[in-house]
Amino acid sequence: MTLVKSLLVILLSSVLVNNYVLSRFLGICPFLGASKKFDQASGMGISVTIVMLIATAVTWPIQTFILDRFELGYLQTIVFILVIAALVQMIEIVLGKISPSLHKSLGVYLPLITTNCAVLGVTINNITDGYNFLESMVSSLGVGLGFMLAMILFSGIRSRIEESKIPTPFKGLASTLIAASFISLAFFGFAGIIDNLFS
Amino acid sequence: MKKNSSLSIILKGILFENPVFILVLGTCPTLATTTGVVGAVSMGLAAMAVLICSNFVISLLRKLIPDTVRIPCYIIIIAGFVTIVEMLIHAFLPDIYEMLGVYLALITVNCIILGRAEMFASKNSVGKSVLDGVGMGLGFTAALFMISTVREVLGAASFAGIPITFLEPYKIEIFVKAPGGMLVYGFMIALVFVITQGKGPKKKSFSCEGCPSASLCRKGQTGEGCDSQKEVA
Repeated sequence: MTLVKSLLVILLSSVLVNNYVLSRFLGICPFLGASKKFDQASGMGISVTIVMLIATAVTWPIQTFILDRFELGYLQTIVFILVIAALVQMIEIVLGKISPSLHKSLGVYLPLITTNCAVLGVTINNITDGYNFLESMVSSLGVGLGFMLAMILFSGIRSRIEESKIPTPFKGLASTLIAASFISLAFFGFAGIIDNLFS
Repeated sequence: MKKNSSLSIILKGILFENPVFILVLGTCPTLATTTGVVGAVSMGLAAMAVLICSNFVISLLRKLIPDTVRIPCYIIIIAGFVTIVEMLIHAFLPDIYEMLGVYLALITVNCIILGRAEMFASKNSVGKSVLDGVGMGLGFTAALFMISTVREVLGAASFAGIPITFLEPYKIEIFVKAPGGMLVYGFMIALVFVITQGKGPKKKSFSCEGCPSASLCRKGQTGEGCDSQKEVA
């Protein structure tokens, strides 16, 4: 029971409270770039979640059984980014073979993910926070879902912004950032929820 | 003439192609590390060091690296320099290492560095690439300094850790929290647009323009996720 509870806390806190995009600013590039339409936003969200899960499943054992054992911790950044880049490439190839239709809908987003700092960020953070394997996987799932949630919410708002009249200097990125700031403000409301939910 | 052109490369990075306000690259560290002036400036300098070194090496190797695998090569070169900078900061400036935390390692995937490697260093001579690194690095640092000054003064009533006592009762804490970062950044971009109107290059509709991923988009996987843009350089 305590295990389930602690996993739930990790999951919910990474979806809502510590949302990577809105409160830690990781993955802002795709958040601003690929959130113009709903289907784009959800496609990107799903791809990122999948890549995060697989990346964590690979990087955690590498860190624990190779880097820590042989005291190579300083190679973390290089190894992780290589693993992620290779993984993304592999997922793309495998997906193209197994399910061409899925590849067609998600394939566009895959190359963009290599340099999504949220993926590298979550794998490094899982190690820094001292999570075990199960906790790491749950936290990656939470971060991925949180990313998707933010993307989808934001795509709705952006489609409204596109249609409204905005003073020229604020057109484009400026108004988008200000809108993002308000969503982030709204997510602040979740700050206390975790402690009270399970006490 | 030569002096002029090298000067203009540096100035371009600081003013008219400012990576933060005009090219809109590297938004993650821009928003995350600007809660205080000290953290922001150290982030800017760290990124600048990596940028100069990686531009130098990538420009040296630009004829040796095959086109098809260039992105992984660039990432490895950059990750190597990031690790060096990370270790140096950890050893000599432990306070700053604590402050920047994971964002230091994330310089690896900072769009500015890979973006400049792709847009500039892979096409220009070594000297020009280093100058571009200096200019872009200074531009990045200056932008972070501006944003962090606004955020720290308004949000924490202090400047670089020195408290400003008469502002203490009026501080607006939200500015040092996450939403304040985006708000200030949004207003800064609007302000820069007003200032550079007509003079700066055409404002790019943001997207992953220049983001390393943009190059990948351009290469075949046409940009549904990324509006394809015209080359900047």
